[in-house]
Amino acid sequence: MTNFKIFKYANPAKFLYLCEKTFIYLVLLTIIFLSFGLYQGFFNSPEDYQQGNLVRIMYVHVPSAWMALMIYSSIAVASCMYLINKHLLANIFCKSASLIGASFTLIAIVTGSIWGKPTWGTWWVWDARITSMLVLFFLYLGHMTIFNFSENTTKSGQAAALLAILGFVNIPIIKFSVDWWNTLHQPASVIKLSGPTIHSSMLTPLLVTALGFFFYFLVVLIIRMRSEITNEKINNLSFTD
Amino acid sequence: MTPKKKRFYIIFSAFSFFCFIVGTFLIILQDNILFFYTPSEILQKNLKQNEKVRLGGLVEENSVVRNNIKINFTITDLKKNIEVSYEGILPDLFREGQGVIVNGYLKNNIFEASEVLAKHDENYMPPEIKKKLELK
Repeated sequence: MTNFKIFKYANPAKFLYLCEKTFIYLVLLTIIFLSFGLYQGFFNSPEDYQQGNLVRIMYVHVPSAWMALMIYSSIAVASCMYLINKHLLANIFCKSASLIGASFTLIAIVTGSIWGKPTWGTWWVWDARITSMLVLFFLYLGHMTIFNFSENTTKSGQAAALLAILGFVNIPIIKFSVDWWNTLHQPASVIKLSGPTIHSSMLTPLLVTALGFFFYFLVVLIIRMRSEITNEKINNLSFTD
Repeated sequence: MTPKKKRFYIIFSAFSFFCFIVGTFLIILQDNILFFYTPSEILQKNLKQNEKVRLGGLVEENSVVRNNIKINFTITDLKKNIEVSYEGILPDLFREGQGVIVNGYLKNNIFEASEVLAKHDENYMPPEIKKKLELK
């Protein structure tokens, strides 16, 4: 297990060095991908044959939902690393990523609701996809709350990690809810075995925006992890002398 | 067994056990999680008097009859059909051949809907491409 290259960066000092070197490039990538993707999506891509201009909400809704699932999965993996390998940096990652994931979940739910009213004819229904996404939002909130229970991040991190790992069962449920049950939400259009059922003129801006969202996540993550590491250092200072 | 391996097995078994419980619940609650039933499923169910259900399927071609604000149409799953009557505002996507979900009661083989929702499918394309596909 110890041969994994990633564990080299389990050392906070090495991690901070890596962040410092890559931060500016990540900011640039975020700006380039987001501005190009969103411009293409909002102004330069065709209308949909059914929804017309409403389809443009998709360029925000779908990447947010992907990020929400991706971030939760990464928190679950990092939680395993923390509980099994006791890597403190993994715990700091979990604490820092949670709020970002919760925000993306909320964006996905709200944009979906705004899209649902004119398309489906309702703001909200309790179908399997929408309900499981709401459960994900509450899992994120619970995860953040546990971290706030105590000042001691190492201790509260263990409880939060357990919640994150058990809650991971919700991720495949969200992904496959549209296949397992009858739902109002449409089935997957991009990530599926038979290939995307979305025209390339809409798929390209969607994927570019998704990459932009991903780099944005990394930028915010680095900022939050940096301050969290500093926070830990302050907490560990002893004022004996 | 090293402590690390022991922690791994504890977490692994706890997660598996939890998945098993959640999976069992989902299978037991299967019927409640379904958002709507198809016409075949509704006709097979023994619905109680005045039991509110959701019926979903395609609006059958040439079945929509408008009479002032009253609208009648047939919902089909290509095996069984159910006639629906509805009074109210329809969503923009409502049209013949579209997937819809209606909420209401089945009375004397006619479904009296109090709400009509349109379903969007997973295909996204510009109108020109759609026209080309239809010509083929």
